[in-house]
Amino acid sequence: MPDIVIQTRELSKRFGAFVAVDKITFDVKSGEIFGFLGANGAGKTTAMRMLSGLSHPTSGAATVAGFDVFTQPEEIKRTIGYMSQKFSLYEDLTVRENITFFGGVYGLSNQAIKEKSDQLIEQLGLQAEVKKLVGSLPLGWKQKLAFSVAMIHDPRIVFLDEPTGGVDPLTRRQFWDLIYAAADRGVTIFVTTHYMDEAEYCHRVSIMVDGAIKALDTPRNLKQTFNAPTMDAVFYQLARGAQRTAD
Amino acid sequence: MKSSSNTLSNGVVLNSIGKTYDKGAITAVRDVSFSVQPGELFGLIGPDGAGKTSLFRVLTTLLLPDAGTATVAGFDVVKDFRAIRGIVGYMPGRFSLYQDLSVEENLNFFATLFGTTVEENYELIRDIYVQLEPFKTRRAGKLSGGMKQKLALCCALIHKPQVLFLDEPTTGVDPVSRKEFWEMLTRLKEQGITILISTPYMDEAMMCERIALIQGGRIMSIDTPSNIMHAFPTTLYSVRATDAYHLRMDLLAESFTESCHAFGDEVHLTLVHDASGKAAGRQEVIDAMRARGHIDVELREVEPSIEDCFIRLMGQHHA
Repeated sequence: MPDIVIQTRELSKRFGAFVAVDKITFDVKSGEIFGFLGANGAGKTTAMRMLSGLSHPTSGAATVAGFDVFTQPEEIKRTIGYMSQKFSLYEDLTVRENITFFGGVYGLSNQAIKEKSDQLIEQLGLQAEVKKLVGSLPLGWKQKLAFSVAMIHDPRIVFLDEPTGGVDPLTRRQFWDLIYAAADRGVTIFVTTHYMDEAEYCHRVSIMVDGAIKALDTPRNLKQTFNAPTMDAVFYQLARGAQRTAD
Repeated sequence: MKSSSNTLSNGVVLNSIGKTYDKGAITAVRDVSFSVQPGELFGLIGPDGAGKTSLFRVLTTLLLPDAGTATVAGFDVVKDFRAIRGIVGYMPGRFSLYQDLSVEENLNFFATLFGTTVEENYELIRDIYVQLEPFKTRRAGKLSGGMKQKLALCCALIHKPQVLFLDEPTTGVDPVSRKEFWEMLTRLKEQGITILISTPYMDEAMMCERIALIQGGRIMSIDTPSNIMHAFPTTLYSVRATDAYHLRMDLLAESFTESCHAFGDEVHLTLVHDASGKAAGRQEVIDAMRARGHIDVELREVEPSIEDCFIRLMGQHHA
């Protein structure tokens, strides 16, 4: 039995009368690539914010890397990695400055930051770009750098919120190679995406509709259960009846 | 230049359009030529940075091209910019309505700008607007992504444009809303509006009559989606096994592999052909993967998708 690194039990979040997340229950195992899908407004972002220690749940229970989301949000923030399409890196800082900054935020020593930076720059083949502003890099490079920076403190879990939007199909696949390599090393990947082919790259996938998890299984089993040829079709069957459209 | 026959034509023509930034240091598009037929639904398919937005800005007269010429509905994008601005609808990639105005106010504002009223052209937007109507007093900034996108489309349509330019209207939108959006476009097309749309989602290419695949400022291919797929030059196989990630790594290590890319839970594979045109047989591939410890190895021939074609056209070697 592999370790459970994320566990939620009837976890809910209400904003006044509005139930953003409605009693979600699931486990994520160590080294698993867990796809967290849902239509715009289904409650994914709220759920992810609770799991990353940014938002206090209303009820239920959850632990992330062994820490309680109600009582130990700071421990969670220090332990996890996080990357989103919307914000990841400072565009006005250079490649090396960004790495140094995030290394510092996560409390790495100067020596460790130096070693990590060199290692990371070499892995990504960014030697010629270290002094360039991140804003001048192609989007695909930014995404790979953002992922690596999110992993700078060797987290056991990394949350990726729509990490791959807008890039070409080859770059998107290279990004997924980084994800697979990390999962191979035992890092747990919790990822949201609107690309349904990427949903198929996940070990297991959950689909949220109107705040609740309506399906959770391997992509293959989901396709069988819903008698659908692709994850796109599975998603469509579940999400088309959604009542909510708010973000 | 405008001839009398062009007054009937609401097509778009580009001749060797080029655009650079930073005094020529950055080339956004180079030597781009294509034409969109009147009433056609034409897709520009490519990733961020391919040059799609620069092309849209040239065609909507917001940017001057450095090279080449272009016309929209017969009007030259440089000389006749005023005429073009009155007859095109443009939905930029970034949400650009007034966030502090309500749904209704935005719509009225855009109608007034173009010297018309919402009532006059309501027919055209009715289908879309009925979904927005319950929120008509809500500020645009408070709408969900899908609703913003619908409002932006209404505002781009309210003056009954002859040509509609939609720059990545579905980016970041969930698959259900994306499908609905394309259904709306299909209905607009039936009204005779010429539509030029861009998208980074390869699956949406299938919804267009013709597409241009664009990458790094250059057009790689222009044709109907089915012709582009039929032009795929070699046999494409889909390979499957229990562990898709390591299957692909192992296929990459084989000398018979020409290219191999993840597609969902499968791997799409093309094979190296020797001078006499011979390639490895199916069984050889299966056996090689079994020998590397893979279980439940399956291999079948598949039709290439637009994404397969795009990757191949990018002409890069597998990493």
